[in-house]
Amino acid sequence: MKITEKEVRYVAELANLNLSEDEVGKFLHDLDDILVHMDRLNEIDTSGVEPMAQVLYDAEETATLREDIPRVTLSNKDALANAPLFGGGYFKVPEVVKR
Amino acid sequence: MSSTFAELAPPEIVARYEPVIGLEVHAQLATATKIFCSCPTSFGAPPNTNVCPVCLGLPGALPVLSRQAVEHAVAAALALNCTIRSRSQFARKNYFYPDLPKGYQISQYDQPFSEHGWLDISVDGATKRIGVTRVHMEDDAGKSVHDGFKDSDEYTYVDLNRCGTPLIEIVSEPDMRSSDEAVAYMTEVKQVLQFVEASTCDMEKGHLRCDANVSVRLKGTEKLGTRAEVKNLNSFRFVKAAIEYEIARQVAILEGGGKIHQETRLYNVASGVTVGMRSKEDAHDYRYFPEPDLVPLRIGDAWRERVRARMPELPSAKRARFAGSYGLREYDAQALTATRAMSDYFEKAAAVSGDPRAAANWVMGDLLGALNAAGKDIAESPVSAERLGELVALVRTGALSGKLAKDIFPRMIETGEAASAIMDREGLRQISDSGALDKILDDVLAANPKQVEQYRSGKTAVLGFLVGQVMKASRGQANPGSVNDMLKEKLG
Repeated sequence: MKITEKEVRYVAELANLNLSEDEVGKFLHDLDDILVHMDRLNEIDTSGVEPMAQVLYDAEETATLREDIPRVTLSNKDALANAPLFGGGYFKVPEVVKR
Repeated sequence: MSSTFAELAPPEIVARYEPVIGLEVHAQLATATKIFCSCPTSFGAPPNTNVCPVCLGLPGALPVLSRQAVEHAVAAALALNCTIRSRSQFARKNYFYPDLPKGYQISQYDQPFSEHGWLDISVDGATKRIGVTRVHMEDDAGKSVHDGFKDSDEYTYVDLNRCGTPLIEIVSEPDMRSSDEAVAYMTEVKQVLQFVEASTCDMEKGHLRCDANVSVRLKGTEKLGTRAEVKNLNSFRFVKAAIEYEIARQVAILEGGGKIHQETRLYNVASGVTVGMRSKEDAHDYRYFPEPDLVPLRIGDAWRERVRARMPELPSAKRARFAGSYGLREYDAQALTATRAMSDYFEKAAAVSGDPRAAANWVMGDLLGALNAAGKDIAESPVSAERLGELVALVRTGALSGKLAKDIFPRMIETGEAASAIMDREGLRQISDSGALDKILDDVLAANPKQVEQYRSGKTAVLGFLVGQVMKASRGQANPGSVNDMLKEKLG
């Protein structure tokens, strides 16, 4: 095993996921499979290959930039349309304990 | 625990320790739109109206980086003497909070767009170089409103207008050794950002805020102490007070045999103390990874140099030039380079006046005094730089006495008129010409025979009184120097 149950629970907590005991066992295996696969990829010699974060690269300068011109925004009504709770133009969420 | 610094640890104990301080300054870039979408960044809009699918983090919406944000960021980094990476990468910083609808902040992690800079600060006349580790771009979060609604005990209200506002984070080296150095550094950062117009640094609107990393160690020791981070300081006063409190708090703990915990703390403005934030142990596991929705940012040499070519003279260079070529004292050079508007105003006035030092005195004295009284910025001055320069020139050439100039100036502030226009209308002009003064002098001498007698019997101090009488009789227009000389001649 490349990963422990403790690590699965830790990652789940970071992702705000409540996993059942069954799910912990399931993800333990799923994540282990992924890590085993990573190990296989690691067998490839990549020395001299530049790390890549994206398949797209611009040539000299980023050509995909946006000009600084404001466009029409969503109305407040549309912005809040999917909110389970709202009031006074705001989204409402259960009281946040300041972290 | 609410206590003053001295109660925590007496100054003589604190003095045995050396504080080590690093700052993370966040500045809002001066763009019209957000960093990754075309929503306006305007301040004070009704809640949740400057929003779109991108900054609301709706599924499928894709960020597109603003060119203007990049240019402001590059200008700021160059002004902070940083090198610019030709290729940098955005990264996701993952955490959950209601004012962060995407569930992650788009920031830069292992490949920031700039690094290895520095900034010189001046404290008590000594210059010190503070290292700038890196500058990176990121988007701001929204605003949580915890109080003020009738159901605030149950709900937090969230406004996402600020979500996606472009920021740069400027990370310093832990090079500062006092709260004064930290304030001087932040002041210098603010000035530099304003000069290159990368940010307006409007602190009331939260455009400039900082986190302070503070640790202490016994003087003479090398090993760094454990640090605490004080978050979200949004005024120079709070930066100073929070750091001083934090130093005293840490010294008190160490002196009591305790240990400092590495933690994040908040400064409470009302009580003046820092308080540890309740945080989960894993709160700092942000699981950064490269932002898959944005291509790496390329800033080629040509683009970087175009930005550099547009940059104005920076404050430090301007201060040195003002001191050198205008012969200004360091304090004056500092004051006149506080903002670009101020330095531009002074330079224009100085050029017209032909007497830069006098122009400096006028700007810092009468002009700023009048503007402060009216609650105006120098950019809104009713007296233009050219007209102030003209006034100073009129004194320099002797057309106006210093006193007349001081009398005319408030009227210039009131009406915005040129000094010469006011002089012409009111017949005010310094009289230096002996022919014109002759009659006034004779009248004054004739009207004051007693003083004339006193002078002639050796009480020469009475001359001042006679000069005063002549000035009065001439409505302040007589040239006091000429009057002095002519009186002596007539009486001698």
